[in-house]
Amino acid sequence: MNDDSLRLVWVYPDLLSTYGDQGNALVVERRARQRGYDVTRVDVRSDQPVPASADIYLIGGGEDRPQRLAAERLRRDGGLNRAAANGAIIFSVCAGYQILGHEFINDLDRQEPGLGLLDVTSGRGQAGRCVGDVLADIDPQLGLPQLTGFENHQGVTHLGPTAKPLARVRFGHGNGTGDGTEGAWNGNVFGTYMHGPVLARNPQIADLLIRLALESAGLAPVDDRWYEALRNERIAAASAAH
Amino acid sequence: MAGNTEPLSPRSKLAVTAGKAAAAVSRAAGKGSGSVIGGKVALRLDPDLLARLAGHLDVVLVSATNGKTTTTRLIAEALRASGPVVSNALGANMPAGITSALAGGSEARYGVIEVDEKYLAAVARDVTPKAIALLNLSRDQLDRAAETRMLAERWREGLSGNKALIVANADDPLVVWAASSSPNVLWVAAGQEWKDDAWSCPSCGGVLQRPGEDWLCAECGFRRPVPGWALSGEHVLDPHGAAWPIRLQLPGRANRANATTAAAVAAAFGVHPQTALERMWEVTAVAGRYDTVQFGGRDLRLLLAKNPAGWLETFSLIDPPPTPVVLSVNARGADGTDTSWLWDVDYTRLTGHPLYVIGDRKLDLAVRLEVADQSFRVCEHIDEAVAAAPPGRIEVIANYTAFQDLRRRVGN
Repeated sequence: MNDDSLRLVWVYPDLLSTYGDQGNALVVERRARQRGYDVTRVDVRSDQPVPASADIYLIGGGEDRPQRLAAERLRRDGGLNRAAANGAIIFSVCAGYQILGHEFINDLDRQEPGLGLLDVTSGRGQAGRCVGDVLADIDPQLGLPQLTGFENHQGVTHLGPTAKPLARVRFGHGNGTGDGTEGAWNGNVFGTYMHGPVLARNPQIADLLIRLALESAGLAPVDDRWYEALRNERIAAASAAH
Repeated sequence: MAGNTEPLSPRSKLAVTAGKAAAAVSRAAGKGSGSVIGGKVALRLDPDLLARLAGHLDVVLVSATNGKTTTTRLIAEALRASGPVVSNALGANMPAGITSALAGGSEARYGVIEVDEKYLAAVARDVTPKAIALLNLSRDQLDRAAETRMLAERWREGLSGNKALIVANADDPLVVWAASSSPNVLWVAAGQEWKDDAWSCPSCGGVLQRPGEDWLCAECGFRRPVPGWALSGEHVLDPHGAAWPIRLQLPGRANRANATTAAAVAAAFGVHPQTALERMWEVTAVAGRYDTVQFGGRDLRLLLAKNPAGWLETFSLIDPPPTPVVLSVNARGADGTDTSWLWDVDYTRLTGHPLYVIGDRKLDLAVRLEVADQSFRVCEHIDEAVAAAPPGRIEVIANYTAFQDLRRRVGN
């Protein structure tokens, strides 16, 4: 990338934007601009090619049929896989997270191939939907504070050997496997079940994505007063509910 | 079209009486109007009661994500030109509440009934409606409601073959999908500002193209039907091309759209558009919505907006800057407990308004507004917000339980 510009792609808002997913794009955009970086955000609809040359890709949550359509179109397009091969940062949520894996169960109850960018495989849980506030400890290797989010899914995601859990839940279900893991990451590719949107609840993750894109060790501080107030409230609420 | 007047069976009469008694007990205990508990008791005693009560009425059903309470009021007011109307005007819109409302209207000719989206197919089967008005479908309470497209699918299955006249919004692709399996549809160009639940074709999943006001799927050919009625600015256009002025006390484009649909429904029962639209002037605050109240020496206009589509329509009707705006959001059961939807709303539309943020989830709103680069002040309650706001009428926009909290506090 150029020194002071950041190219951000929001993948398929026409299909995968059911849970306020635009928020993740807005938070990355805002926090990069606040640091003086020039941000170009491109919202790529599912009838358009995904450019392979951007820095950060965000892919969100959606309903079951749109998820299948998104997987079909992303496989056919190949842009996101090329971007990953270029070392791009990819951050995915819920349905988008499942799409990045090897396969998931689609709306027709069949196995749908994913993009294979994360070593995870998703199915559908037998218990009811996982709905509610979540609190989790993020992989210490990432050096980030606790993860707070809202989950609303019926998915169960199993991690293969090259995927690391993004976090371990204190309260909530996360990957739904019963082992306490939530989300997955490997290199520059991240997946989570957390809504909220997750980057509004965890601006430090947004900053991590920006740092990875800039290959920078640190970012200038910004006014995090309201984010911190919200985080504290939601962490307390998740604790009180369990 | 006045129906038969066959009297209710002894069992149905008993059920109605028991329901009214239960409602009276509930009211006496201070637990609201009692219409829901009354209806539940009555339906338990006579499961077919709803069908029986509706049997002597010409029934109109109204369903949508947004605007169903107001549109029900508008249609009821228009049809009163032609005969007595019974209606669930207080918004109790599931089978028990509907049963209760109809039990109170034995003299009526028309039943104008608001129906919760999830119950439309079942109620439409039970009451043999003459007309069904379908306004819009969009995301709402995603933590507990069905997916929006699945709702459209259920409407479609439930209404296919229904002999009622379906009066449906041609500008909402999900509504068109839901209605187009029915034999008898009247299309109304009522508009729909919110488009983010209908980018993919409900029929085949292709990407919808939206040139101007039109929409179509290039892959399967599913497209906007040619409307018979249309909202055009401040007028309703009827199928003959005549323009009838809309005069409402209710504000905003969305309410003009509701009036357009109501005029189309009323015309189907022989009420002339001019008569129908003139009568709609009588409709003012609906369950406190759009009401202007005095509080703390100030005028407050109370606006209910429950979901992104509702917030978008509300932003377009508020007074221009520098009118102060109070925003209040809760996330209790009836609101949906997920606040993610705040990020679907474009708060940059509020630029220039002094903003005050209250409600259980004021911090979610604070972060949302910070990211939208808006100036705002977080307040503990409405009193503090009103005291801090600069002069002029204050617009207060709240979601469902936040709105109820607000009405209690400001004495409306």
